[in-house]
Amino acid sequence: MRILIKNGRVIDPSQNLDGFHEILIEKNRIKGLYPEGKGPDANKIIDASGCIVIPGLVDMHTHLREPGFEYKETIKSGTMAAVRGGFTTVCCMPNTKPVNDTITVTEFILEKSLREGACTVYPVGAITTAQKSEELTELEALLKTGCIAFSDDGKPVTNSLIMRRALEYSKIFDVPVISHCEDLKLSEDGVMNEGFVSTITGLSGIPKAAEEVMVARDLSLCELTGGKLHIAHVSTEGSVKLIRDAKARGINVTAETCPHYFSLTDESLISYDTNLKVNPPIRTPQDVEAIKQGLKDCTIDVIATDHAPHHIDDKGKEFDAAAFGISGLETAFALSLHLVESGILDLKQLITKMTITPSKIMGISKGTLTVDSDADIAIINTEKTFKVDSSGFLSKGKNSPFNKWQLKGTVEKTIAMGKVYEWA
Amino acid sequence: MINSKDLLGIKELAPEEIYHILDTAAGFKDVLLRDIKKVPPLRGKTVVSLFFEPSTRTRTSFALASKRLSADVVNFSVTTSSVVKGETLKDTALTIQSLGADFVVIRHGSSGVPHLLGNLLNISVINAGDGANEHPTQALLDLFTIQSRKKKIKGLTVAIIGDIAHSRVAKSNIYALTKLGAKVRVICPPTLMPAGIEKLGIDVFHSIDEGIRKADVIMALRLQLERQSKGFLPSLEEYFNLYGLTDERLKLAKEDAIVMHPGPMNRGVEIESAVADGPQSVILEQVTNGLAVRMAVLYLLSGVKK
Repeated sequence: MRILIKNGRVIDPSQNLDGFHEILIEKNRIKGLYPEGKGPDANKIIDASGCIVIPGLVDMHTHLREPGFEYKETIKSGTMAAVRGGFTTVCCMPNTKPVNDTITVTEFILEKSLREGACTVYPVGAITTAQKSEELTELEALLKTGCIAFSDDGKPVTNSLIMRRALEYSKIFDVPVISHCEDLKLSEDGVMNEGFVSTITGLSGIPKAAEEVMVARDLSLCELTGGKLHIAHVSTEGSVKLIRDAKARGINVTAETCPHYFSLTDESLISYDTNLKVNPPIRTPQDVEAIKQGLKDCTIDVIATDHAPHHIDDKGKEFDAAAFGISGLETAFALSLHLVESGILDLKQLITKMTITPSKIMGISKGTLTVDSDADIAIINTEKTFKVDSSGFLSKGKNSPFNKWQLKGTVEKTIAMGKVYEWA
Repeated sequence: MINSKDLLGIKELAPEEIYHILDTAAGFKDVLLRDIKKVPPLRGKTVVSLFFEPSTRTRTSFALASKRLSADVVNFSVTTSSVVKGETLKDTALTIQSLGADFVVIRHGSSGVPHLLGNLLNISVINAGDGANEHPTQALLDLFTIQSRKKKIKGLTVAIIGDIAHSRVAKSNIYALTKLGAKVRVICPPTLMPAGIEKLGIDVFHSIDEGIRKADVIMALRLQLERQSKGFLPSLEEYFNLYGLTDERLKLAKEDAIVMHPGPMNRGVEIESAVADGPQSVILEQVTNGLAVRMAVLYLLSGVKK
């Protein structure tokens, strides 16, 4: 089966490509790139007129919930949500039940994704056993089985000495240690950003310092050890400043943020809508501005989703009792495209942050359209608008604060390992 | 005059609505002073009180207010109910509605619960205290008490002393008093000061002596005793030394200042007995006025088209 994609504007920052090219796919690989009108015959022609043709998006921060929380999401539904959102690679966090801290769990995830997954899944292994911040997991065994990075995401590594050891020990393998930065004492009982809005809603606040003290700690440990540190879901102005400063000093750190941290402000919490409850919390307009500047000057390297699907029963509760998290895969690109609309990033920079950069950080050969690479492609109409309907999400998690939002940028087709998914 | 079927908070009320409730309450206050204290407007209506936190005075006050209006009152007691069997809040609320209640009076430790129920239910929801958000009927009865003593609210200086961060009474009073044109001061240690509170147009003091100077009204708040173990303050004794309302300090306020407290009091912590029981105290009057105000709220909400 040979597929030729024509008439689209091909943008691939990994090879500095932007223009009207034709892409030939054979089996699950990219077989050739041709100038306009010069592509060979194929069994199937995909007409990408009016669309951009880009490497399939790479999400380095996804919660697929399986094993253990299949009622929230499964590898099957989560990867379907991914391809619906233009993602062809997802890196799944280890806070499943059981935690992905042993090769048995890693093997399960990999086998299940090969059998049922719509796109490529790379597991992220836990840094510490059961995410308890006490003992390191067997990094070598987990890496050999298929993990590509380590994180205790959902929880911080509270023990600073263990975090030091993780950053040191992981140098053997040159893999990233992804840090969920949160001082659990400072964030205790908190459910939203601490500030004027938490005061007038009466909801308990999570101060920005709860994130920033841990970012500062991990940057110090990174400097000390020379490990490869990646800061997950950056949400505050202070964190951006700390990371910017660390990068200027040559510290080996990368960072990500998520669409909700530059698309929403804490003022929205006045509604008590539990779909806005996320950790770290939605911050102030000043933080949103700083996040955007951080994306612009590359202090923040990556846009990830932190896709955190939840069942209605876990969200349809009193605010304090509701689960943290946003189902993000199916709105991430359109929300991020708004950064281009508003002049923060150009299209190439945006695509870079969602394809080749996360791939490089994770050490995987994804996020590129170079010949012989995997046939992972997203075809997106950047001019077409749509109204978000979370009830129609392919993810089991309908928990989106963006429901009913009018967004620009529809994913028309996603090709994952050569398989074409298309939507009317 | 009242625009919503629910009373969720003072935040949601317009000044005219507040005045309307106070005027209506004045009428019911007269009823309460009669020998026969019962009137018929809510006959055949049912009020269910759903309290997820312990309460004596608010719950009793709502129950009596309902009975004075001839409504039937049922207590949905959380400890003996299906809630301990794991029933969700939504299911409990829908059950109460299906039982035919016309009002649900809710108290819950989580802010925003009345809003959740207000959206979920067709019947009237009355907030009897939600987390650190609001306790609107307390603020209304405080306004009523101030108004009846001072004959006005606009232009008065009201000092609120205590745990502002965790106090829904303080929040509702701040909204209510500022909406009606009073000058509000809050006095508390920095650990109990919520972020950005000054943006509500009030003055913040950490010294009680400065804060109560020339005040017309002084409101002491209950200090939850567990604040000490959570590190907000070193000891209750030190709190009393720094923020306790004493006879000596009261002299700094205006001579005719009134002293209020939402109850229940911790004598010797936020207020000393000489003040609580002294001539300037209107604390028991607040309790009586609470009945009239809650009657007014029930009565006015019953007239809102659902």
